[in-house]
Amino acid sequence: MNMSDSQIWIIIAFVAIGTFAIRFSFIGLIGTRQMPAWLLRHLRYTPVAVLPGLVAPLVLWPAATGGAFDAPRMLAAMVTIVVGLAFKSTLAAIFGGALTLFLALMLLG
Amino acid sequence: MTTTKRVLLTGIKDSIPFVIVVGPFALLFGVVAAEAGLTVTQSFGFSVAVIAGAAQFAAVQLMAENAPTLVIIATALAVNLRMAMYSASLAPHFVGVSLWKRAAMSYLLVDQAYALSMTKFETEPDMNSSQRVVYFVGTMVINIPVWYGCTLLGALFGAQIPPEYALDFALPIAFLALIAPMLRTAAHLAATATSITLALLLAFIPYNLGLIIAAIGAMMVGAQVELMLERAKT
Repeated sequence: MNMSDSQIWIIIAFVAIGTFAIRFSFIGLIGTRQMPAWLLRHLRYTPVAVLPGLVAPLVLWPAATGGAFDAPRMLAAMVTIVVGLAFKSTLAAIFGGALTLFLALMLLG
Repeated sequence: MTTTKRVLLTGIKDSIPFVIVVGPFALLFGVVAAEAGLTVTQSFGFSVAVIAGAAQFAAVQLMAENAPTLVIIATALAVNLRMAMYSASLAPHFVGVSLWKRAAMSYLLVDQAYALSMTKFETEPDMNSSQRVVYFVGTMVINIPVWYGCTLLGALFGAQIPPEYALDFALPIAFLALIAPMLRTAAHLAATATSITLALLLAFIPYNLGLIIAAIGAMMVGAQVELMLERAKT
């Protein structure tokens, strides 16, 4: 990362202000005002629209290996997804993925 | 015991299971932020000012990739857009509450507070609005200090963990672990598949703008699939 301290603080400040504005939007205005159905329908998918796209290149082209495909990391990613789907638990998925990564790096790496 | 005190304690008690998720997640954020090059003060400040794990992870990852400031802010806020939906569905429950209290609650409006409060307000419609405020705050009494404290711990220790522990991959694992339990419906799956495909195909676009285009496309696909499934049912 080559970002100045002030640049980092600016990002933190704007994300904080923007996030507060989003949270305050309806609670602050109080209301009887309803969000239109089409908008609600889109907002429901924001996490699954942003996060998978962010993570996919990190799994396929890990920075640690200079972007080369890496079997232990791919395996760990798979296990994380499978455990998360099976147990519907973020914590279980993190442990499953981390354990797989360490074992795979030990055995394969 | 007064009713207020009882409601507060119920909120606290209901929130305890979330501590085992919030704690490690904050710890991981501190570690990942340290890994990316943020100072301890910056990591801690981030958690205190924003309180939104997924958005913070997204911002830190893009900082590490040296994405432009505007793209980082836009992406982090896009992750948090779902909170407008939380705000809208909670608002009718807080009619008559003073503005400063509603502002304070907005600061605390995270996934866990929303999920617990909505469930409570729906199962106990007799609660008055001041009891609802007390319950809502109760759900965060433990989780907020845990979130701050564990971020600080993670940031302090993160810098000292040697590279052979493959911490570079802590963030992808955290994201995948967040996403997988969300994939409840065909619409969520379709949105996820679109997001991945477009992000990889558009990776050549500079300034990480491909991700923003992918996110918009994925959101539209999710909404359309939901609409189609609803129509197919009727």
